[in-house]
Amino acid sequence: MSVGIVVVSHSRALADAAVELARQMLPGRELAIEVAAGMDDGSLGTDAMAVATAITAADTGDGVVVLMDLGSAVLSAETALEFLDEDVRERVTLSAAPLVEGLVGAVVVAAGGAGRDQVAAEAARGLAPKEAQLR
Amino acid sequence: MDLADLTAWVQRFAELVHEQKDELTALDSAIGDADHGSNMDRGMAAVVAALADAPPADPAALLKKTGATLVSKVGGASGPLYGTLFLRMAGAADGGFAPALRAGYEGVLARGKAEPGDKTMVDALGPACDVLDAGGSIAEAAQAAADGRDATVPLVARKGRASYLGERSAGHQDPGATSTALLLRAAAETLA
Repeated sequence: MSVGIVVVSHSRALADAAVELARQMLPGRELAIEVAAGMDDGSLGTDAMAVATAITAADTGDGVVVLMDLGSAVLSAETALEFLDEDVRERVTLSAAPLVEGLVGAVVVAAGGAGRDQVAAEAARGLAPKEAQLR
Repeated sequence: MDLADLTAWVQRFAELVHEQKDELTALDSAIGDADHGSNMDRGMAAVVAALADAPPADPAALLKKTGATLVSKVGGASGPLYGTLFLRMAGAADGGFAPALRAGYEGVLARGKAEPGDKTMVDALGPACDVLDAGGSIAEAAQAAADGRDATVPLVARKGRASYLGERSAGHQDPGATSTALLLRAAAETLA
């Protein structure tokens, strides 16, 4: 099994595109990546219940790392934790990483079988390659 | 707290939000992402529909249903913030309106990590709770919330989308404090 990934965004299109970009790093490999993004009516926004559902779906028992865009995405992800069973909640990490760069780093190590702390650490250093290039 | 009164409160808040939807969005377009009115209107309409669909059996159930609907249907930061307010009120529903609202306020503080003076809903909700805790009436609390709303105008935003504007956020009334003043006004009209 592996750590699951959840992407929380205001925009379904933004989340799907970020996941598409990240999955390029996983040719032929499986990884549970769930998206909770946008509202039912197609408008921009985040839904804490949808985040809770996505976390539950992404969790195979090894835990979940959640990547978010900004503002309400963060508040909705924090709120979602309240609606999870306690055993699931204990194996969720909300990552402060930038969404795109963090997601790419996270999926690579998650697909390689790394543990949740290692996946979260990889996401957190997501800006390092860009910073090194532009130094 | 009485179930019928609380139902009337939530319904009245939904009416006020709907009536002032465009004003709330106009305030938000000045310093935010121009969706506060439409987001709150969508959320409160969903609350009213959910309560009509399956009428709750007691005050705690009503507050919980309201909060759970808001976190799912508002879309913006107001969803988790107002949702947490009602969910925490549900957990403190046995002690009357003032302690329940205080519990809700503390939930909002914990969720949003805003402090008084950050130009947020906290600036309307905090003064209202202080009045109630000091033994004031709900009408007096609503006035304190309105005064707190008005006092957000000169403030520089330190939370939410408005904080991206920095100093340019000064001179505008905060939309979240404005909708919170409506929440207290609705309470004064229905719970007094």
